[in-house]
Amino acid sequence: MYRSTLELRGMSRVSAPLIKNILLLDSEGKRVAVKYFSDDWPNLASKLAFEKSVFTKTQRISARAEAEIGMFDGYVVVYKFISDLHFYVTGGDEENELILATVLQGFFDAVGLLLRSNVEKKTVLENLDLVLLCLDEIVDGGIILECDASVIAGRVAMRGAEADVPLSEQTISQALATAKEHLARNWAL
Amino acid sequence: MAQLPPVKIKDDDREDDSDLSPFFGIEKGAVLQEARVFNDPQLDARRCAQVITKLLYLLNQGETFTKMEATEVFFAVTKLFQSKDIGLRRMVYLIIKEISPSADEVIIVTSSLMKDMNSRTDLYRANAIRVLCRITDGGLLGQIERYLKQAVVDKNPVVSSAALVSGFHLLKSNPEIVKRWSNEVQEAVQSKASLVQFHALALLHQIRQNDRLAVSKLVTSLTRGTVRSPLAQCLLIRYTSQVIEETSANAQAGDRPFYDYLEGCLRHKAEMVIFEAARAITELSGVTTRELTPAITVLQLFLSSSKPVMRFAAVRTLNKVAMTHPAAVMNCNIDMESLISDQNRSIATLAITTLLKTGNESSVDRLMKQITNFMSDIADEFKIVVVEAIRSLCLKFPQKYRVLMNFLSNILREEGGFDYKMAIVESILILIREIPEAKESGLSHLCEFIEDCEFTYLSTQILHLLGNEGPKTADPSKYIRYIYNRVVLENATVRASAVSALAKFGAAVESLKPRILVLIRRCLYDNDDEVRDRATLYYNYLQQGGEQEKFLFNGLDVPLVNLEQSLQSYEASERRFDISVVSRETKHQPLEKKTPASKKAAKEATQKGYANGHLTTSPSDAYEKLLNSVPEFAGFGKLFKSSPLVELTEAETEYSVNAVKHIYPEYLVLQFNCTNTIKEQLLEDVSVVVDTSEAEDFVQVASKKLASMPYGAPGQAFVAFQKPEGVLSVGKFSNILKFRVKEVDPNTGDCEDEGYDDEYQLEELEVTAADYVLKTVVTNFRGAWDAIDAENEKVDEYVIGVRESLQEAVQAVTTILGMQPCEGTESVPSNARSHTCLLAGQFIGGAQVLVRLQFGIDAQKQVAMKLTVRSDDPAVCEQVHEIIGSA
Repeated sequence: MYRSTLELRGMSRVSAPLIKNILLLDSEGKRVAVKYFSDDWPNLASKLAFEKSVFTKTQRISARAEAEIGMFDGYVVVYKFISDLHFYVTGGDEENELILATVLQGFFDAVGLLLRSNVEKKTVLENLDLVLLCLDEIVDGGIILECDASVIAGRVAMRGAEADVPLSEQTISQALATAKEHLARNWAL
Repeated sequence: MAQLPPVKIKDDDREDDSDLSPFFGIEKGAVLQEARVFNDPQLDARRCAQVITKLLYLLNQGETFTKMEATEVFFAVTKLFQSKDIGLRRMVYLIIKEISPSADEVIIVTSSLMKDMNSRTDLYRANAIRVLCRITDGGLLGQIERYLKQAVVDKNPVVSSAALVSGFHLLKSNPEIVKRWSNEVQEAVQSKASLVQFHALALLHQIRQNDRLAVSKLVTSLTRGTVRSPLAQCLLIRYTSQVIEETSANAQAGDRPFYDYLEGCLRHKAEMVIFEAARAITELSGVTTRELTPAITVLQLFLSSSKPVMRFAAVRTLNKVAMTHPAAVMNCNIDMESLISDQNRSIATLAITTLLKTGNESSVDRLMKQITNFMSDIADEFKIVVVEAIRSLCLKFPQKYRVLMNFLSNILREEGGFDYKMAIVESILILIREIPEAKESGLSHLCEFIEDCEFTYLSTQILHLLGNEGPKTADPSKYIRYIYNRVVLENATVRASAVSALAKFGAAVESLKPRILVLIRRCLYDNDDEVRDRATLYYNYLQQGGEQEKFLFNGLDVPLVNLEQSLQSYEASERRFDISVVSRETKHQPLEKKTPASKKAAKEATQKGYANGHLTTSPSDAYEKLLNSVPEFAGFGKLFKSSPLVELTEAETEYSVNAVKHIYPEYLVLQFNCTNTIKEQLLEDVSVVVDTSEAEDFVQVASKKLASMPYGAPGQAFVAFQKPEGVLSVGKFSNILKFRVKEVDPNTGDCEDEGYDDEYQLEELEVTAADYVLKTVVTNFRGAWDAIDAENEKVDEYVIGVRESLQEAVQAVTTILGMQPCEGTESVPSNARSHTCLLAGQFIGGAQVLVRLQFGIDAQKQVAMKLTVRSDDPAVCEQVHEIIGSA
């Protein structure tokens, strides 16, 4: 019964990387699509307050070429903007920032693939089903499910679910282009 | 959940959105109507998918469905399984998860989902697993367990990952089922698909997390092998550092196991792995400079990356390292300095604060120049961080206080919000308190600041401080002008504080009194009541002098919070309020917890503590009430003191127990707060058996059991002892928790009838002399000291031995005596060769004790101490010396 307390010490703080939320807001800070995976924000009011706080603290920053990052309200938030859309991924204050950035990039690129690089609020709303599925395929209950953009996009489109679904030529070449871009970016470092 | 108003999309200023958003003018009622198409015999898959999207849009915007609406939608959605359309099926999966049906509704979709789980289409299988595991309860899980186990080792990564991640979530609610998959999960760890490897490793660790040996084995085998996925590699690094942490607790000096693995990861091709490893190395406990160097080197490379995320990650980690190993980070100083101009202000602020930590005394001046330029273009929240860093730098290099104090006073005069100004004033206040040399210049900076301060709160704080500190300076008269200017120029609140501050000068400095009286007389006709009242009161008392003056200016000798509580519970009656019954015990702040929210709260609390100039207290009334409710303790008399909580178990054990020592004049009551952290157990007849063989003065007189202790509900067991009156009995108690265990099924809550007896060894509890002393606050130590007859003084000298610093010696003696340090004398100026510390307390029996400790340290770090005690009761003086003598 008197189990050594040593073996229990410190166990709980070791955890897999956890994503707290993924937000897609418009240029006025209004929700386009959001997904929360944590109980840190128990109700709608606290969620909206967090979104507002993050939006106002980042709106003046140009996060278009490279993903940007900051600590807000005790959370690490990575973000990237394109046209009138703001993409955010939030993690706890101890989280590995580069993992969060990988998830952000996966989400950002997957949406780009699905919308054929036509990423703006209008097209996102017109294809909201794809964007919501995208969120569902990236993270499950806080655990990273997949962060490769082309795999995510493929699963959203249920590609390969039926043998006779033709794979659009354009999508493949696009996927290849993004893959090349990916490689180029990683090698550049 | 409460019904929220419908999402506002029809705002006037969003009229132009009408052609932008396909959801313009969407209404919940209408969409729910539209959802009837789900029931059509001829399903229009496209239309149905659109309606689901609309429902999801509403949910995403924060709309909620009533229970009935949700049920209706759910039932309608289940019909859609008839359609063979792939896109629609994917949407159906998503909306079922979002609606999260109740247990009795789940049954409707179970068969459809189970069919999909056995589908030949991999994506159907994966999604069906995720949905089913999300909505299912324990009962159903047994039926599908076989499929899940197979899915874990499925050749398609999407299926395998779905099962593994679902297992991860299920482990919280149904650990025994998921634990049976160990073999399959282990196989999946070897998967070639990178994300599967990551998910399998996470789940495997989670399953074995309570088995130290198994985790250690896992780490040993995997660190030798090849883990392909960068994410899995990051996990492995986390688990490895955990194993290192636990083994090094036992191991002696020598090479750290697994360090080579961590160091190898620094050369990995994925940046996230490199960073994870570097961070893990910096966080090793007792990390050596040699171990740190390679990690610092890669982080330094990150500093010049083109990606802000990498720069941020590196500078944040180095900032933490700088707190413990400033020298190791100094190599990065040049890169850091270039980051001061970083576009990303978070990075720039972290760079500045790191430099402030690593900088040496000679670089302070140059650094401050750079910061001055930087301060003008960052937001207030970053400025506050910088101000706090400068405060700690100043405490580190007290000789540099002139430069730093000047910097603070300069930024104090610039534009800024309240929080920022508050942070600066707080910093100056702390520097004044900690660095005696800085006092005069600090006070004059503050004087200049209030000449042009827009914040009433800060003005009153500073005036209060001037009133307390000004009279003690070499030339008190120079502050009068600043204070009197406030009386002429400010609003009523500030005027009132200024009058109080003036009066304090009058009372403390005899030579100034006539002039102060002239100034206060001018306030007698102020147009504000409060100012007039204060002026009148002080004017009269200052003229009379004597007792009343003392009462007014010496302050109360009870903590204000205690007084406030007593006044609140005081009911108007014939009996007059008696200040002597107010508890004099000062309690310390609860320790800072490591969650962001409470960190902030604790910080605010400490700041408040500083601002008020004394420690805030927490009520001991709750204990008193609790103890009075126990009939066995009825005749014990008045509770003298309750100790802070003492943990008797380590964190995260099966049973968590902490204790409170309640001291009565002739009795001791030990209160054991017990918590059962095992869901599967109900504990009954819980008692604590106390062995007093090392505490001979104590005789057990009562023990109160706790009848039942269910999971998670804390309860108290008590043991009471009699002890001789008037003697400071000390001793060690060893404790065993005894109880009867009954197994409980956590799902049903059913409990078996027969249990078995068991016991659990707790840590020892010690009663020391400090338990018989209450901390009391004496605001005017000198006055109180002189008030006690010098006859009752006892002086002796002690040799303490070698200590690192005087501060350490002061701390040690204060802790042994358990008394309250007064007038900030607990902090020793750095490099001081001698120091005097003043302590106040109340002994059991009610005698007030004042202690003057004079320390001296020689070149060999030998510390000697002269202990002077005064008390109304000469016996108590003896006791204090005995405590020190025997310690």
